[in-house]
Order: sequence, then C-alpha cells, then structure tokens
Amino acid sequence: MADPAGRGAFQSRVHLVRNTLQNPRFLPFESSDCGGDDRVFHVIVICLCNARFAWRPDSTVKKGDDVSQQSSDAAVLDEEGGRGPDPVTNDFSIQIATVNGSGSQSANTILMRSIFQMGIPVSGKNLFPSNIAGLPTWFTIRVNKDGWTARCKELDFLIAMNAQTAAEDVMGLDPGRVVVYEEKLGLSSLRDDLIFYPVPFAKLATEISSDSRLRKLLANMLYVGVVGELISIDPQEIDKAIAKQFKGKKKAIELNLKAIEIGVQYAKENIRKLDPFLCERMDKTAGKIIIDGNAACALGAMFAGVTVATWYPITPSSSVCESLIGYMGKYRHEDDGKATYAIVQAEDELAAVGMAIGAGWVGARSMTSTSGPGISLMAEFTGFAYYAEIPVVIFDITRVGPSTGLPTRTQQSDIFSLVFLSHGDTKHIVLIPASIKECFSMSMDAFDLTERFQTPVFIMSDLDLGMNNWMSDPIEFPEVKLDRGKVLSKEDLDRVGSFGRYDDVDGDGIPYRTLPGTKHPLASYFTRGSGHDAQATYSERADDYQNNVDRLARKYDTARKHVPEPIIDYVDGSRIGILAFGTTDMAAAESRDQLEKEYDLKTHYYRLRALPFTSHLDEFFDRCDRVYVVEQNRDAQMASLMRMEMSTDRIAKIRNILHYTGIPIDARFITNNLTANENREQQKEAL
Amino acid sequence: MSSTTIKPPSGGKVNRIGLPMADYKGGDSTLCAGCGHDAITSQIIRAFWEYGVEPHRLAKLSGIGCSSKTPAYFLNQSHGINAVHGRMPSVGTGAVLGNKDLIAVGVSGDGDSASIGLGQFCHMLRRNVPMIYIVENNGVYGLTKGQFSATADYGSKAKGGSVNELPAIDVCALSIELGCNFVARSFAGDPKQLISLLKGAIGHRGTAMLDIVSPCVTFNNHEGSTKSYPFAKAHDELLHELSFVPFFEQINVEFEEGESVDVSLHDGSHLKLRKLHQGYSPTDKIGALRMLTEATDQRELLTGLVYINEEGDDFISQLNTVDRPLATLTQEETQPSREALQEIMESLM
Repeated sequence: MADPAGRGAFQSRVHLVRNTLQNPRFLPFESSDCGGDDRVFHVIVICLCNARFAWRPDSTVKKGDDVSQQSSDAAVLDEEGGRGPDPVTNDFSIQIATVNGSGSQSANTILMRSIFQMGIPVSGKNLFPSNIAGLPTWFTIRVNKDGWTARCKELDFLIAMNAQTAAEDVMGLDPGRVVVYEEKLGLSSLRDDLIFYPVPFAKLATEISSDSRLRKLLANMLYVGVVGELISIDPQEIDKAIAKQFKGKKKAIELNLKAIEIGVQYAKENIRKLDPFLCERMDKTAGKIIIDGNAACALGAMFAGVTVATWYPITPSSSVCESLIGYMGKYRHEDDGKATYAIVQAEDELAAVGMAIGAGWVGARSMTSTSGPGISLMAEFTGFAYYAEIPVVIFDITRVGPSTGLPTRTQQSDIFSLVFLSHGDTKHIVLIPASIKECFSMSMDAFDLTERFQTPVFIMSDLDLGMNNWMSDPIEFPEVKLDRGKVLSKEDLDRVGSFGRYDDVDGDGIPYRTLPGTKHPLASYFTRGSGHDAQATYSERADDYQNNVDRLARKYDTARKHVPEPIIDYVDGSRIGILAFGTTDMAAAESRDQLEKEYDLKTHYYRLRALPFTSHLDEFFDRCDRVYVVEQNRDAQMASLMRMEMSTDRIAKIRNILHYTGIPIDARFITNNLTANENREQQKEAL
Repeated sequence: MSSTTIKPPSGGKVNRIGLPMADYKGGDSTLCAGCGHDAITSQIIRAFWEYGVEPHRLAKLSGIGCSSKTPAYFLNQSHGINAVHGRMPSVGTGAVLGNKDLIAVGVSGDGDSASIGLGQFCHMLRRNVPMIYIVENNGVYGLTKGQFSATADYGSKAKGGSVNELPAIDVCALSIELGCNFVARSFAGDPKQLISLLKGAIGHRGTAMLDIVSPCVTFNNHEGSTKSYPFAKAHDELLHELSFVPFFEQINVEFEEGESVDVSLHDGSHLKLRKLHQGYSPTDKIGALRMLTEATDQRELLTGLVYINEEGDDFISQLNTVDRPLATLTQEETQPSREALQEIMESLM
C-alpha cells in the first residue's frame, strides 16, 4: 500500500463546521447507523488541512471588478504578502465545471493525461447529468503522489466555465482554494478568502478561429493551457496528450495546440501565481495504462472468448458492449474477414437476456450488459436460466435506483436484486470487481463459472468504476485454459452410455449437459422452467421438485469454493475490522491509512470479491470485536446478507457505514464515521 | 388438389436418410382430446420425417401456453427448450446466433405471440431470424380457462357469454408489414395443405411464419367462434392448391399454364401452387395485404401461402460470422494473442 504521509500528516485538526454555504452537490445526506445519533442534515465534516500551505486571507484577495483589475490583483497581493506559499506538490484536486455537450471531455482527458505522463498518479471522476447538452457537469482530477484514487472531498483548484453553477461552485470551496474562471462571470467579489485567476477565455478563443462552433470547443483547450502553465505541467506532455487524443486528425491537432499555446502565453503574461499547487515529475506512472472499467470488462469478455453478446443501451453500461464492438471488430475477425462473434443490439433487456440465454443453451459463450432497470426486466428470464441451468454472463454496471433514480450517478444498491433475482427460491453468483485488473480477470472468471455451474453469473461493477478513467498496471495475458464445464460430446456419450440432464452424478450438485446439435441418440433433452425430474422430463411430483431445488442449493454451496476469494489483510494487535467491496475499496484503503496515521488505529481489512460468501468470512469476524461493513446503499444490503448466514455472536459485531448520495464514497467519510462510533463504543464500555 | 403426391419413402418404413417415423415422434400429448394442436403436431412429425431432416439438427422452442407444450410431443431426438411466456423469439434468436447449423422450430400460440410476446414476435420478423415460427391460433387462453386473446375476432363470444369488443390482430398481415418473407395461414383440420406449408417453411431461408387456426375444443369451439371446427370447415377458402416438391425429387407437378405459380425455395425445393383465388399472387405484397383485409371484412378464412419472397439474406447471414457454429469455437479460435493484448495496452499508456 502506498504511503500517504503527505496529506495525512497535515490533518492534525478536525473541525465540525456547520456550513450552510456548502455546495449542495457535496451536501448529501450522509449517514451511518453506527448506533448513535449521527444522522445529520446539512452538517458536513470537513477536515481542513490548513497546514498544507501558508496562506492568509487578508493577504491574498482584493475585492473589485476583476475584469478591469485582473492583473493588478496579483500585484497588490505580492506587495502585501511578501512571501509565496509553501508549495503543495502532486497532492491536490482540480475540478472543472462546464456545460455538458460543450466538448470539455477531451480537454479534461488531455489535462489528466498530461499529468499522468509526468509520472504522477492521477484519477478522474466525471459527475454528469442525464442530459445530452446544456446541463452542468463537473470533472474532478485527483493528483496524488501516493496513488490514492478514491474521490477526494476537498477541492483545491476550481476551473469555473459554467455560468449556471459558477457562484455555487465558488461558495462550495474551502478557504484558500483557487478559482480559474471566465472573467465575464465576475466571481471574485463572491468571497474574500479564495485565490481568483480571471481569464478572458471567450476573447482569447477569437484569436484561434473565426468559426463560432470551434471557438466554443477550443475555449476548453485554453483552460488546459492556462492551468497547465499555472501548475507547471510540462508543455511537451500536453502536446503528446493532444496528439494521442486526436490521433491522425491533423487539423484538430493544430488548432488544439494553438489554443494551448495561447492559454499558456496568457497565463505567463497576465497571471501571477499565488497558490501553492504544483506538479513535479515523478516516476510512478511509467508503464501504467489509463482505461475505464467498462472497457476492461469488454477486454475480459473478449479474452474469455465470448461469441455472442446481446444488449440494450442503458447508462452506465452501454460502453461495455460499445467497447466490445470496437475491440472485437479489430481482433476477432479471421483472415477472410468473417467474425468469430455476433453482437446484437436487442429491442429491450427482456430480449437481450433471452438471446444470451438461447446462445448459452446451445453452448456459445454469451453475455449481456445492463444496469438496474434492465436487471429488473431480466428477472423472469434469470430465474428461468437458474432453474433450467443455462449459462449466461450478465454485467450490471450499477447506478442509483429505484426506478430511473439518478441514472448518471453511482451506487451499490443492486445487491439484493442480483443475488435473489427472480421469483421463487433463487440465488445467484455475483462477482464484484474493484479495479481495472479485476474488471478484466473477473469477466474471464465469470464465463468459466457460468459454464462450470450452468447458472447465470453476474458481474457487479458500478458507474464509478465502469465509466471513469482509472490508472492501472497493464493487464497481463491470461495464462489459463478456459473451463468449459461439464459438457458431454458424442464420444463422451458413447463412453458413459447414459445421460440424465439434471442427474447429480458427481455429488457436487452440478449435472452434465449436452449441446443442441449433438448427433447421438442419448444427447437430446427438453429443458423447461416448469418442474422436471433428473431426466428433464416434465414432473409435478413433490419429490422430484424438492430433490431438484435441493441439488441447486448444493450446487450453490459448491460455488463457494470456486468464486474469487476475498483479499484479507490482518494486522497485529487489532480488534477492529473494515469490510468493503467494489468501489468502496479505494476509499476504505485510504481510510485505513488515515486511521493509522491520524488516530493510531490499526484495522484488519476484508475485501469481499464475490457472492456467495466463502468460509473466510467467519474467521474474519472471529478476529474482530467490531466489523465496519462499508457500502454505498441505504439499506446495508451486503451486511444484511451476512446476517442471513452468520451466527448471532458474529452478527452482533456488524457496524454499518453507509454512503448513498450518488457521489462516490471518500476516505474521510469512512474515517469520520468509524472514529465517531469507536468513541461512542469506548464511552459505553467505560460506563 | 394436384394430381401429384410426394413419393412415400422407400419401403414405407424409413425416410431418405434411413430413419423410421418413430424417430420423429415425441412424448404423449397431455392436451384435450380433439385439440387442433395435436393435429398440427402430427403434421410436424410427418413433414420432418418425409423431408428427411436429421433430428439432432433441430432446436425446438416454445413459450408458455397449450401450444408451447407441444414441442415435447414431437421429435424426441431433438433438443428442446420451453422458455418464458412470449419470449421464445429471443431465445430462438440466441440459439441460431450460437449455432447457425441448427434448424429452429418455434411453436407459439396467439396469447404468447400476439399479446405478451408481441414485441419479440415483431422484432424476430423484422430481423428475419432463420426460424420456422408456428402460431397455433385458437383465439383463446386455454390453460387459464377461456379468456380472450388478441386474435379473438371482434364480436365473438366467450364460453362464459362475454363478447369481445376489440379488433383482432391479424398476425399474417402484421408479418408481411414487418418484412417477413414467408407468411402462411392454414387450418389444423387440413393436413394436406398444412404439410406442404410446413415443408415449404423448412426449405425457406429466414423467418417462416405459419398462422394455423387450431380450434380449442374446450373453450372456443362453439357457434360464433371463427376459430372453431364448424366455422373453419364452413368458411375455409383455399387460395390455391399447394404441392411441395423437395429438393431431392424431380418436379413432376403439372398445372395448366397461366393458372400456376412455381416458387423455388432456398434449398432447391419447390412450392407449386394452382391458383384458385381470382387474381391472387403470393409474391405480391400489397395484394396479399389487400386479400387479408377483405377476408377479415367478409368473415372468410383464406388459407394457403399468403406471401413469399425468396430473396434477401436472413439475419445470421447478414452478421457475416465464420462458417462454423460460434458455439463450437475453441479457445485458440476465440482468444486474441498475447501480442494483441500488448498492442491494446500500449495504446492505453
């Protein structure tokens, strides 16, 4: 684990601040049910790291018309301040507030990539509306020398390009932070405790192009130039990033380079740097890749040999199959141009999963991808595939529900619906990736598991992992033989001499299957969602039904030994455990570091990677007095599943930390909730 | 009817690939005695046997309802799947996506296709999924005891006395509208016509939709039901006399010039039609739609090959996949190389 000494060391003081001015986007109803009365509205726990840089409000801000006095701001400050701030290097976050549909995505990617190319760890998060154009969107780049990639609640550098939200964005900043903004917005009068850098973006854009549409797009590239200069991004890296972004498009590259140059020049000539934030070359990203989780899932599926993918567009999962279309188009055609796959956009999720099940039945490696509303629609078919025992991989890139919910925000609230999807006694295998590498490896695992266990297998990713860009070590070539499960060929049938589709020959609950098209008198069977016996014959007999569903339960128990095991970190002398999964992992890992550095509190860690639970869970609880189960949903869904299976003494150790605002969870949230509860527990013990 | 009959397989016991008809049979039917569906089942068995299709090449599919039970009653040596209500078309689509060598035969009903499954039915037609799709149409929900379906005729009376106030969906007209290239209507009580149409469907490439009026003897076989035996027998008007000549036989059907149509099917078989209905040609799309509309207005049951077009690719051919079934591809054939992954990784650095 990386050592985050930099930021953590400064966090010596913790203030509870009632701050009604906080940006409502970051004023979620954040709560935990740690047992105390800590459900608070409109109170946010802010950890000010004031010691990070020497800054005095009275020395840095001059009120006034920022259009006319843009350059004199700096001059005045310089005279009064007399000394520059201590630099904060490679440890800050930049937020870019724009209007969606304005083309800011490329600019933001270039900004992030340029920093990445300087060897500095970065992570990017896109907070966007469910809208095509015209609504506010925010992109946050976290620059962190220690490699922490979770959302960072504190914003250091705001690039305010959206008139609709500029005032609110500015009011949401902590004191001492920086605002780069379109000077016409006149933001500097709003606060006297921030550093304002007005830039006439619109005016500068006229220097690049006479085309008004282009000007709008290029205004975004101007802020990359301005900010790049301000935080010392190597201009060569920006050029490189532009070339990569607009690969082969000569005209686009030219125009964008010009915009960067104008931005850089403007900053050089007109802005006096007062803030402490700087990038300095490191060597921590050499050989790393940047990719989104959905693309990594698509790669996993491709290398797992998927042959049939059927899907229906839905945010945030669409890019799984869209990426797949791109990769397969390039790498899965034979010399004569013919494809070794079929990808079909279905008419709805009902058909998407139906097609995938039909393909799974005939022996193709098949998948579909969707999000919450699609999962609801797939419920009946999933139960069918569970009971008829047909392989299919279903990717659920979760978003915020119920119903349409917040379609462009993140949550982990589909756990119940995935595990129990469909009516009747059903339970499913769910794999939960928490990194790019796991998006790849678990996609591959999913295809093996679904064919081995002849049952639907879900990948539960989420919008945060799926749609955001993550830095990662490169994905390694999988040195594994694919497991196609218990399939009897014509030759096998000759050898074994008998076949019952639902016969538990091996005692592990997993029957054998034959594929349609197998030319053998024993091969055929008629499968169905209605009651059947071991020979797949229709049956309403009580014993046939019960034997069959009991075998399915046995099969699920067998799966406990085959799903990805948890990653467990036991530390000496601790009795406190943290349990997280999926994208709560990034924040949980950082929180553990905060707890150790700031509170001298060491914690065991259990990262759950799949359902059903494995045998490791009980042991983990036995080594802890309390286990904080961190989830991004309201109802503590994962902890509830544990309650269904664990003994009462272990259940009593569960403490919930729940974050369900739609914004990705951050480390500070976990740290604060955990420490607050620990204080309460200790007070209780003292009484 | 035509003077020619299809030669019975040699010896009368085995078909051209040497299999007895018993190899094409299924389990015993559990439907009501006299159910039209059982008559259709018999003709499906006979059609595949006479055609000489290897049973293992079939994939039998169905949704939910009385009709959907029937795949268990034919071709026991074929794999079968009884899926969820109204959503067999997607399962069939997936099955042929996964294995293009399979001959998909879907059996559905009017509730399954025209009500709950109307969406999937339409999209299967629109895609031209290679599949023989049989609608065993009785205008009523049998398994749940006699509710109207969406193909129940306007004004028809249910057994309990209630009257259907809504217009019927004509699945033939709908199929033509959606681009289906093989649209037929038949009657369970006319085995001779039915078997020719079934064989034509086997020889067709793309979706072959057969709407077969199949009276429900328990809930919809009364006076006033257009899906009853008495009505169908009294009002069945044949569009043409129909003969099917399989690809492995010489054409020796002779009709007088000017009154016949010969349709050669994808696999080299032929459908020969002797026109009975004035001015009707099954290759005229607009004429077919007009004829269907007029028949509805006149409460006539016109049966035969309603529309056919043997041109154009089916859905699977359009996808340009490798010649082998996708389901049979190995790890070596489907996993890109180490170098490919390396190339992708470098593009992301």
